[in-house]
Amino acid sequence: MSTSTMTAPVIRTHRLTKRYGSVTALDHLDVTVPGQRIVGLLGRNGAGKTTLMQLLTGQIFPDEGEVEVFGERPAENPRVLSRVSFVAEAQKYPYSFHARHVLSVAPWFFADWDADLAASLVDTFGLPLRRPVAKLSRGELSMVGIIVGLASRAPLTFFDEPYLGLDAVARRLFYDILLADYAERPRTIVISTHLIDEISPLLDHVLLIDRGRILLDADADVARGSTTVVSGATSAVDRFVEGRTVLARHSTGPLARATVAESYDAVAAPATAAGLTAEPVTLQQLLIDRTSSRQGRTS
Amino acid sequence: MDDSQPLYLQLAREIERQIVEGGLKEGDQIPSTNELAAFYRINPATAGKGVNQLLAGGLVEKRRGIGMFVAPGAAERLRSQRRARFADEYLEPLLAEARRLGISLDDLTTLIHHTAGARPAGQSSGV
Repeated sequence: MSTSTMTAPVIRTHRLTKRYGSVTALDHLDVTVPGQRIVGLLGRNGAGKTTLMQLLTGQIFPDEGEVEVFGERPAENPRVLSRVSFVAEAQKYPYSFHARHVLSVAPWFFADWDADLAASLVDTFGLPLRRPVAKLSRGELSMVGIIVGLASRAPLTFFDEPYLGLDAVARRLFYDILLADYAERPRTIVISTHLIDEISPLLDHVLLIDRGRILLDADADVARGSTTVVSGATSAVDRFVEGRTVLARHSTGPLARATVAESYDAVAAPATAAGLTAEPVTLQQLLIDRTSSRQGRTS
Repeated sequence: MDDSQPLYLQLAREIERQIVEGGLKEGDQIPSTNELAAFYRINPATAGKGVNQLLAGGLVEKRRGIGMFVAPGAAERLRSQRRARFADEYLEPLLAEARRLGISLDDLTTLIHHTAGARPAGQSSGV
């Protein structure tokens, strides 16, 4: 991709805060997302992912701080909202609507709606069009969302947990179609999920949220190479991690394992020399280590 | 691909492997960024970064408006880089394990000759 496409940020929040009663869903969140990216919005259930997407799509108002999409406030702003597509995890459709009704009204909302793409996706996924949406399975409902999200071809598209209920074959189809369409029409796609192993290779940026705060805002490949697990004799592990940033540590008497915030390439040789085993960490494992280290969730 | 290492590096290594093993010959066109992204199911920008890494290393060259091609001498250059790394990557771990097991250098040399003589090349030995 040429550098000319890396223009102003598509999403920018500054000290963005949202409270529900005594619960702070988002806590002074600062996030900047450049355009032309597939972004993974990661975190545990209840971390604040959906709240953030609702704020970015103008469905709710912030209590504090600023939110900008395409340089403007999204709430009640048709200039922004006509360029944004949001596929909710539990998308509600009018009672008695069939999937074909959903697809026939979609062009009213999306300026760039591609009916041919929608038709071919219906075919590819084998989605039943003449059945009330209320009677669709969880997986079929996810297909409706994926088809609307992709065919909207909006410059900014949000998918909230897009593949719930989809079997392995349908998920694979989703990834392949997403990549092919993104290659043809680069845009900004934000995918929120707590299951990242499968989709991880598609991402070029990751935002990790935990309890309303941002823990990681990084290039996916940088994050991928950023941590390493060293394991071995407890005394050797403890000596090795002294002076290093430790993200997680487990031990069982004589054996210990620690996740350090350094690349595998940097750690492998000295760890081996110290009689330890070094292993690189997957993004999914990184998410687990980063979000489970501080226990005692208040909810 | 392995999700614990930067994907662009893994892609670059994979193309290098194809060049060394002759799957991609000098002057061959390498697949486009989008083709590589679709084939390996990775982000196109990540694939582009991997190809740029090869370009920066002079292993592929760009022909404007056409695409990327394996550069002359790329295979030999990669082989000589690998020879330079051979001791670090293969001999060091071998010697470390031999030390742990109390295998002397002489015994190790004998073992290497024995294994090389007794087994067809390429087959792994269960030392």
